[in-house]
Parts: sequence; structure tokens; C-alpha cells
Amino acid sequence: MKSDIILAGVGGQGILSIAATIGMAAVDKDLNLKQAEVHGMSQRGGDVQSHLRVSSKPIASDLIPKGKADIILSVEPMESLRYLPYLSKTGWVVTNTTPFVNIPNYPEMDTVMAKIAEQPNHIAIDADKIAAEVATKRSSNIVMLGAASQFIDIEFEALEEGLRKIFERKGDAIVESNINALRAGRAAAEEILASRN
Amino acid sequence: MQKLLLLGDEAIAQGAIDAGLSGVYAYPGTPSTEITEYIQDSKIANERRIHSKWSSNEKTAMESALGMAYAGKRAMTCMKHVGLNVAADAFINAAITGVNGGFVVVAADDPSMHSSQNEQDSRVYGKFAMIPILEPVNQQEAYDMTYAAFEMSERFNVPVMIRITTRLAHSRAGVVRKELLAEKEVSLPKDPTQFVLLPSIARRNYKKLIETRPDLEKISMESPYNTYTDAPDRSLGIIACGIAHNYLMENFQDRELNHPVLKLSQYPMPRKDIERMVEECDKILVLEDGYPVIEELLKGYQEAGTPVTGRLDGTLPRDGELTPNIVANSLGFPFEEGADVPDLMVGRPPAMCKGCGHIDAYQALNIALEEHGPGRVFADIGCYTLGALPPYNAVNSCVDMGASITMAKGAADAGLLPAVAVIGDSTFTHSGMTGLLDAVNEKTPITVILSDNYTTGMTGGQDSQALGHLEQIIEGLGVEPEHIRVFKPTAANLDDMVNIIKEEFAYEGVSVIIPRRQCIQTLRNKSLVMKVKELGL
Ligand SMILES: Cc1ncc(C[n+]2csc(CCOP(=O)(O)OP(=O)(O)O)c2C)c(N)n1
Ligand code: SF4
Repeated sequence: MKSDIILAGVGGQGILSIAATIGMAAVDKDLNLKQAEVHGMSQRGGDVQSHLRVSSKPIASDLIPKGKADIILSVEPMESLRYLPYLSKTGWVVTNTTPFVNIPNYPEMDTVMAKIAEQPNHIAIDADKIAAEVATKRSSNIVMLGAASQFIDIEFEALEEGLRKIFERKGDAIVESNINALRAGRAAAEEILASRN
Repeated sequence: MQKLLLLGDEAIAQGAIDAGLSGVYAYPGTPSTEITEYIQDSKIANERRIHSKWSSNEKTAMESALGMAYAGKRAMTCMKHVGLNVAADAFINAAITGVNGGFVVVAADDPSMHSSQNEQDSRVYGKFAMIPILEPVNQQEAYDMTYAAFEMSERFNVPVMIRITTRLAHSRAGVVRKELLAEKEVSLPKDPTQFVLLPSIARRNYKKLIETRPDLEKISMESPYNTYTDAPDRSLGIIACGIAHNYLMENFQDRELNHPVLKLSQYPMPRKDIERMVEECDKILVLEDGYPVIEELLKGYQEAGTPVTGRLDGTLPRDGELTPNIVANSLGFPFEEGADVPDLMVGRPPAMCKGCGHIDAYQALNIALEEHGPGRVFADIGCYTLGALPPYNAVNSCVDMGASITMAKGAADAGLLPAVAVIGDSTFTHSGMTGLLDAVNEKTPITVILSDNYTTGMTGGQDSQALGHLEQIIEGLGVEPEHIRVFKPTAANLDDMVNIIKEEFAYEGVSVIIPRRQCIQTLRNKSLVMKVKELGL
């Protein structure tokens, strides 16, 4: 198997927790993993991305080559478009629809959403809203992981187990809340796909 | 053994701990910060009481680590590439003193300047100091090389440099650990004069350093990290340094690699391997994530001999970090990109956090400066550097740590008055204090805005050496107490702040104005909040 995933968002939005969860699951399944993160200056509200590569074979580059990503998993709508050159022709854009507006010239939401809708394979869900309903608003990143999970070549249960390990130090309530977020994201994405068929 | 999922930085830290490290000395700087932070959080390191507190700057860090190595224990110092400039005097001379306990210097370079002012390549420094350089290609090598580096340092009586770049520093992968070694006991150098660099002794030591050269080349030849893989198509030979090797191999996932490849991860260069490639191949492509160091060395100034291509002839871009696609281009491999970035996309530059005290300070400063005109604010390096961007447009320089006060001094000497310096608390203790002393000694009319947020904000909120005694330091340097003005930067205090700044502009001597409010990103850091309370700040 091989999954090349670009995680996208804005500094502080929690894409590293998504990466850590997938990473934990991958290590448990004895898969190879490389995950390039952005630390430093951009974390002050700049655009951030992480290249996450999981494979049953050894992985050479820490960076995903352009045109090779299987998924762009974005916790922010505009940011889901920034890395399109990396997406393969058959890849999926999976994005949150709640914008993070910290710049004065954020484009019109309608045009952003229209552009996302133009992508041949896309799923857009309001992760902030779903997170607020089933967990807490802060778990919207985990909702997005759930939404993308069906395109990641790792069993869903392994992701749940990964979440447990990552959050176990913070207590059972937080673990459960995040697992709810993960499941709700998965369900929301499945619903969208089912409605298209 | 279970694989640990570690950043390149963390792999270095774990490798050092397992090799019997007794102390890490460092000043934070992207992309090196996580090495020391990992050791600070490590259970074994805490049980062993391995030193890991932050130093004031890279020079003090380098020297403290050297002192520990003098005392026979294994020591490491870590810094970002520009930090090595600050520590360079100690660094170069440490190669002349040699070591007693193993001494490892980690330099983390930042090609493409993701979080830096330049993209200098630390391998040049390593070569300058004439010491071995290890350049891991992945996290496991980062671990293994660090683990082995201390022994190498002791065996050859030299500091050993580990050079990484941002991508490896901040990329995670599985790492398998080795046996945990015991720390070394305290011991004195066998020769009591070894560390006394009087000319007569230095000359002797330097000769010895030169004499280790053939040995260092020999271990590079034997190194498991330098591998020569022959292949039939000798029209091109490829030298791939450090992480560039990954990008090369990425391009041969579905293709056969028919060219001879030298994977180069340990320097000085393995001479025989290089000679072989020069002899056997018609052309050589050099891939380096940094300066064209090896390329230049091979090319020299004579265009005779085997042609060498890389960054210098445009086969690769002259600057910036390498990527799999850039390497594909250099090999003439086509690749299909995904869709273009849509036109609606806008940039999202980093910015100061909403509610940050620096913002209030800049608002006051901008108003106070209205009557004097723009172009007179010399800033420094920290979150407040972002005040250079709109909507603040508040500062006119950012060069190197500490340069705010000294550049303001030079500008004031030239007659540009008022001349203002903006500096953070951590940068002040890093290298602002000595410049302030210069200004005090000459009573130079400068106004220093020392924006104190109790922390090293830009790099993630590490301890600030100034905490609890900033005014004492400033007074100790000779600034008159009535010209040390402290206030809390808030919107409600705007008028007061403007007035204070204007008053100090009028003073013909050194003023230090301290807007003081905790960095909001550290409000959840319980121990800092407690400390601030204890200190009554
Ligand atoms: C020589 C050198 N060392 C380290 C760094 C990395 N660095 C950049 S800003 C900064 C922190 C500055 O802290 P402070 O002056 O207190 O300002 P703050 O970010 O807290 O506002 C550091 C460590 C650097 N750029 N140069
Ligand atoms: S991290 Fe702290 S110092 Fe830096 S911009 Fe944010 S609040 Fe200000």
C-alpha cells in the first residue's frame, strides 16, 4: 500500500495532531512513514502544510513530488487549493468549509467553494459545525481526518487506536470526544459520497 | 525493539542521550530547537540529570559544552546555521584545542530560508575548522551518526559536526534505538596544556590537527554512510550529499538507476571514491541541499577535466532547497503536475498574534514618530520583526541578533535623530547587552524599546534569560534609572505610552523603554505563569 497525503491549514489549526494520529496507526501496522512538518515562523498564523507518506515499501523522499499526492486533507477551504499542483489526477481534495480569516484580502467564499467544487474528486464538509455537535469545536481537525479516512489505506480501527494513544494522557473524556469526532467525520463524508451515487 | 517515531532533531537528541551524553548546551533557533527540547522532556535525561537548560546565546552554549568536554564528559551544542556565526570564534578554536570527552556540534541549516535571514551552508564552517562533518540522509542515520559521533570525536581528538537541513530536522520517521551507554566520569585532559592556546601551543596543536587529515579521509572512505554504487551507464555519475540522496532515489522508484552514484554523508570527502568517479564517468552531477560546496571543489577554476554540473551551471537552481521535482528536472525526467494553483489564491504571511503586546508598543511608537518621519527604527530578530509588514510598517531593519541597538547607535552617531532600536528580552540577553554598553559609554542619544514578553516567543516560548532581572542588567550596564521606563502595553495605555516615548526621544542619552506584557502563547505555560507571579511582575 501507499498513501501520500498533504495536510494543509493555517499555523495553530492542529494539522500536526492529524499527522500524529496517522503516524501512530502506521507504526502500529508496521508501515513505513515519513512526515515533513512545518515548524518555525509560519506557525504564527501563516499557511502550513505537512507531507505525510505511508507505505509498505521503504520511502525515499520526505517531500511528496508534485502530481503524486493521493489526498489533500485541508482543515481550511482556501488552503485546500494551495497545493493542487501536488495532487495526482485521481487524487482527492477533502476539506473543511469553515474559513480561517486572518488576512484582509481573503477571497470571496463563493469563489473558493466553487473552485473546490470544480475539482474532479472532492469532499467538503463543515467540520467546525460537526465538531461542535459531537465533540468540541477544537476537534474539527479530527473530524477532517475522519472524513478523509476512507481514502487512506489504513484501517479505520487503527486510526481510532492511534487517537487513543495520542490522547490517552489527557484522560478518557478527551479520548472519547475525539473518537466521536473521527466517526462523525467519516459518516459525513460517506453520506456525501452516497448522495452522489 | 519498538520503533520510535522521531523528528530528525529528536533522533539526534535520542542518539546523544543513548551515547552517554552529559550535557546539551543551546540557544533556540529554527530548525534546531527541538533537539534540546526533546532532551529537556526526556525521562532518561532527567533521571541522569543531563544538563539541558538554555544558554544565553550560541557562543556561551558552545563554550560551556567545550568546558564539559574538557572535563572528560560527552557534550553537545546545537544551533541554527546563523547561530554558528555567533559561536564561530569558539568553534574554530575548539578544533585547535581538541577535546577530552566527546564533543558534538549540531548545525541545522535552513535552505530556502523558511525561518531565517540567509541560507548559509554549515559544511563550509566544518571544512574551515578542519573537522569531520556528518550529514545524515534520514532519521535513523541521524540517530546512528550522533550515537557514533562522540566516540569519533574522542578517538581523533576533534569536535565532530552534524549538519542537517530543515527537511530532515522537521520530518518524522521510525527510528530504532541502540543500547544506552553510561556517562563518562570526570577526567582531566592528559596534557595539561592542551587547551591553552598560547601561540606556541596553538602552533603545535594546529600541526596535530593537520596531521589527522589523512586519518579523517580514511574513515570517510571506510564509512558505512558513504557508499559508491557502480552501474553500467557511465555517461553520468551522480554525487548526492545528505538528504539530496532521498530526492534522487525518489526519482528511481519506478525507473532503473543505471548511473554510478556516490552517496556522500561523511566529510572530508572520501578521496578515492571521488577520484574513481572522475576517472570512470564522462560527467558528474552534484546534488547538495545547500551551497554548491562539493560542486565548486570538484569544478575548481579550470574548466579542464570531467565536466561537473549542478547549481553553478544552472542544471539546478542556484539557491533554495532541493525537492524531488527539482532533482527530476536536473536528470531530464518529465513529471506531470496536478492542477495549477487557482488565481484566487492569496498569500498568508505569518503575523503577530491578535492581542500581542508588541502590537500595542508599535502603535504607540508609530504615533510618537509621526512628527519625525519614517526610516529610523532599527529592529531585531523575534516576533516583533513582523512589525515590518503591513499594517504596522514600523521597522526599517532586521539583520542579526543584537544589531538593533548597535545600528541605532551608528545611525545616531551619523546624526539620524531620534534613532530607535526595537529588541526583545531574549535577543537582548543574547547579544544586545554589549551594544548597550557601547552606547552608555558614549552617552549616544538612542531610544531602545525593549519589548519584554518574558519569553523567546518566535521559536515557541522558551525560557528567557532576562526573566526577573532585566532592569538590574540595564542599570548595571549604566543606563540611568530615570531613563528606564516600564509600562504595560495595552490599547487603554496608548496615550501614556506615546508620551513616555516622546519624552525619551527628547533625552540626549540612552533611554530604555520596556513595554512589558506576557506573550499570550505562553499563558498556558503554568510554570512561567507561576514564576511571573512570584516575581511580582
Ligand atoms: C543567531 C540566531 N540565533 C537564534 C535565532 C532564532 N531566533 C529568532 S527570533 C528568536 C527569539 C527572539 O526572542 P525575543 O527577542 O524575546 O522576541 P520574541 O520573539 O519573544 O518577541 C530566536 C531565538 C536567530 N535568528 N539568530
Ligand atoms: S507568540 Fe507571543 S510574542 Fe509572538 S506574536 Fe504571538 S503573542 Fe506576540
